Amino acid sequence: MDTILNDEIIEKISIGDIVYFSGILFTMRDMAHLRAVELLRKGEYLPFDLKNRVIYHCGPLLKGLKVVSAGPTTSMRMEELEEELIRLTGLKGIVGKGGMGEKTLNALKKYHCIYMEFPGGAGALAAKQIKNVKEVYWRDLGDPEAVWVFEVKDFGPCIVTMDSRGNKIR
Amino acid sequence: MNDIDTDIIVEAIRKLECDLPEDIERKLLEIREKEEGLSRIVVDSIIENIKYAREEKVPICQDTGIIEFFVKCSKEFKKIKKVIEEAIRRAVKEVPIRANTVNPFTRENQGENLGRFHPIIHFEYEDDGFIEIDILAKGAGSENVSRVYMLDPLKGIKGIKEAVIDTVRKADGKPCPPIIVGIGIGGNMELAIHLSKCALLRPINQRSSYEVARNLEEELIEEINNLGIGPMGFGGKTTALNVAIEWAHCHTASLPLCVNIQCWALRRISILYDGKETKIVR
Repeated sequence: MDTILNDEIIEKISIGDIVYFSGILFTMRDMAHLRAVELLRKGEYLPFDLKNRVIYHCGPLLKGLKVVSAGPTTSMRMEELEEELIRLTGLKGIVGKGGMGEKTLNALKKYHCIYMEFPGGAGALAAKQIKNVKEVYWRDLGDPEAVWVFEVKDFGPCIVTMDSRGNKIR
Repeated sequence: MNDIDTDIIVEAIRKLECDLPEDIERKLLEIREKEEGLSRIVVDSIIENIKYAREEKVPICQDTGIIEFFVKCSKEFKKIKKVIEEAIRRAVKEVPIRANTVNPFTRENQGENLGRFHPIIHFEYEDDGFIEIDILAKGAGSENVSRVYMLDPLKGIKGIKEAVIDTVRKADGKPCPPIIVGIGIGGNMELAIHLSKCALLRPINQRSSYEVARNLEEELIEEINNLGIGPMGFGGKTTALNVAIEWAHCHTASLPLCVNIQCWALRRISILYDGKETKIVR
């Protein structure tokens, strides 16, 4: 599946579906969420556009600019800020692990977005599916917390555990 | 090479991060057959990942953890701290391992996995000229859901079991199950934590030599697996690959308990120097 999504595609996806992405993923974890939301609250723009895009809760391990291991991080740490990030950017997909809370589930329904899980700890496998680093933003946050723009090919299994109709697994 | 140098520690860290101990991998292969549906897909991915990481010599998980060293040596090896620091500095670039160490207040990352009290090294004095270094790399996903309890002694074994089950239930899919639960009982607060980490260093099929602890380990494995959390929290028969207990005597008014949750990727390795040669063992 392409990583540029829209409402029509989102509506067709249900919990239990397994997605493989080809295209662009933006890594965003704790500090990137905080910085993005703080900028957007002030009415400022982000240096990258997340509209209709997929973000990945991940702090990758790189050797130079080669991705060596890049599995998902625990999504629940981003629970407090995710609703706001979805609302303010129009992002359409989130890949992480461990599931998210009610606040995010409601946001997925309201703003037509999905949440997926990549098998936790399978970092080497994830890196195998990441073909290229296209860009990196906010590297001053430290490499694990920066926003890495990855070009991916058949990235998955991404298991849909929260869909846009309020359904969730667990 | 006549004792422990930087090269062998870097080599041990590479093996630690890129290859899983045999007992863990064997157990994962065993439980795969019991799982179905999404849980089976997840365990298949885990096993594929382990093999791929080993072949390509890349870290199994991007969270290469905080690497903790448990050193037994005599005073003549006082330089070992410097050697370990240098090995960590090199491993960040050479293995590589992820720069995880930050200032807790400013969150500033200096990129070398060094800093105040880092790397974390526990020393124990041994007078026989041998050196033993046990190394554990533990990620934050599982460390964040680990808990310490100072229970009332009257709570007894029943109270211990309730606290363990409650900790595992609340951790749910977050620590990357199937988990290994290291439990420290007794001592004081910090010793209970230390013992829980030592429990993770034990081979997973080795039960406690003390009958009371052994029975508790077996009961807890069964009760945790009955929770049905399953691989990555997708439900299923296996939530814990093992429960291991280490214990110490404690104050008459205390019952310290540490429940140390470890993700499936239990990365441990040892370096031994017997006075003649140095080797990496698992």
